[in-house]
Amino acid sequence: MPDQLLFAMEVFLNGLMAGVLYALVALGFVLIYKASGIFNYAQGVMALFAALTLVGIMEGQVPFSHLINAVFGTEIHHFGWHLPAVVAIVLTGVVMIALAWAVNRFIFRHLVGQEPIILFMATIGLAYFMEGVGDIMWGADIKKLDVGLPQGINTWIDESTYEIFGYGFFIDNLDLWATGIAAALVIALTIFSQYSKQGRALRAVADDHQAALSVGISLNYIWVLVWSIAGFVALVAGIMWGTKSGVQFSLSLIALKALPVLMLGGFTSIPGAIVGGLIIGVGEKLFEFAIGPLVGGATENWFAYVLALLFLVFRPQGLFGERIIERV
Amino acid sequence: MSLAEQVLGHERDNEDGGWITADGRQIGAVMMEMKNITLRFGGVVAIKDISFDIRKGEIRAIIGPNGAGKSSMLNVISGFYNPQEGDVFYLGEKRPKMRPYEVARQGIARTFQNIALFEGMSVLDNVMTGRLNHMKAGVLAQALWKGRAEREEIENREKVEKIIDFLEIQNIRKKPVGSLPYGLKKRVELARALAAEPSLLLLDEPMAGMNVEEKEDMSRFILDVNDEFGTTIALIEHDMGVVMDLSDRVVVMDYGKKIGDGTPDEVRNNQDVIDAYLGVAHD
Repeated sequence: MPDQLLFAMEVFLNGLMAGVLYALVALGFVLIYKASGIFNYAQGVMALFAALTLVGIMEGQVPFSHLINAVFGTEIHHFGWHLPAVVAIVLTGVVMIALAWAVNRFIFRHLVGQEPIILFMATIGLAYFMEGVGDIMWGADIKKLDVGLPQGINTWIDESTYEIFGYGFFIDNLDLWATGIAAALVIALTIFSQYSKQGRALRAVADDHQAALSVGISLNYIWVLVWSIAGFVALVAGIMWGTKSGVQFSLSLIALKALPVLMLGGFTSIPGAIVGGLIIGVGEKLFEFAIGPLVGGATENWFAYVLALLFLVFRPQGLFGERIIERV
Repeated sequence: MSLAEQVLGHERDNEDGGWITADGRQIGAVMMEMKNITLRFGGVVAIKDISFDIRKGEIRAIIGPNGAGKSSMLNVISGFYNPQEGDVFYLGEKRPKMRPYEVARQGIARTFQNIALFEGMSVLDNVMTGRLNHMKAGVLAQALWKGRAEREEIENREKVEKIIDFLEIQNIRKKPVGSLPYGLKKRVELARALAAEPSLLLLDEPMAGMNVEEKEDMSRFILDVNDEFGTTIALIEHDMGVVMDLSDRVVVMDYGKKIGDGTPDEVRNNQDVIDAYLGVAHD
């Protein structure tokens, strides 16, 4: 097999792994959009906030320590404990549920029936607010996140591909785990939404608000539930990205990469978010590999957006989105 | 002849004021009472000072020409609108201001004039949503799909299958609702409302837009539901013929006001009602 093809295969696989992370963020968007019609710009910041909180809780950091120290002239920074990752993840999950409740109680409950653009603006406000709160609470420095996921080259794949092709593929263990966890998450979400009481209620709300009310579904409850699930998905995404490249504020920018993913997959489709994420991941890696050297590289910054633009022209509803047909 | 006989044409034989109909059904005590309801939208008065009651076991119709405020009245009963004035009494208790889902949880199910189904879901799933309030397992139990949740799902599924059989929609149970013809959608909506095992079933123009055959089917189902499950039914129609055959008592509305209330025969002979339906020369 020619070397170029082998390299391309390796790039393809790595692209799939990167795509899984895009897909995870996009999934959070789709969940909220379907159930409430809100395009949640803050989804990326939620992932950042979740990762910051997780690190803070694990390391026993005192929240708002800078503020407290500045006001009271104290010198406290740490509680002095180190919590196991599992405990910290559960506690962070509780924080994300509280956040979901607060977001509904203090923002979206007051905006019911407003134009989509107003809801969107509210989420932009929420994004900057959360970024600011995250900064004040936990500090702006880049933090290392290690919840015990294995990292580094997977030697088994390296060796077995070497035996077959005479060239060892470099696949990161973390990416493999991320893929596995994301797949489990998607399967769990699908089962939950198809076969459970709350899942059925959630689909009902996504379909028709009036009809949902008439069978006794509380919209507020469903919205808190769906924001909680989106918060949990954000936590998973935050853990993956944080472990990979450190918990830093640029993490919130991954939200922007989820946009082209959604344009590809459709804003209302969970499988669409997954497939869209994978296509963008693979597409940008392969494009960088094949075309990048010819145009001086850095194509990963814009490839996804150009692809999304093409989709907007030729298939605006995305691969799996609901087709919008206006009846006259 | 007692007052009841004069008003209703038959004898009241219960202490609660109920009676037995000509076809042998038991009409019981007052279940829901609307007292001096006034509903305004800005300057427009949709309902003006209307009072009436609904008795257990009866089929109660609200009729009137287009724009009479019938649907508004149904929306008041089901909690979608809150009236500015007047009180709603349900099962003897004054009902505080409620949201529609809270009303639904009190055992009041409804259908919509323009059909509000979950188009993307199958017929079976649509009807299953009607059972949501009968399922108790919490989020975690549901998420883990264990024991109680599973038992509940099976029990509810059995009830739903019975209703699906009853309304003769077995052959379409797995189909997505969006693909069904209008008449069947109406029937699925009725099935979803029935699945909640409501004490009071509200039907908003159940026969609107149907052909004669579909209307006959629907009439039969409404009578069967009332007969077999003993469900109290309040329905809105503007097709007078259908209503007169179906209902035990009729409220007639026109321009937001109540112009008649009584048995079909009484209403049919009421001069105000005749004027409202046929038009009257104003001099």
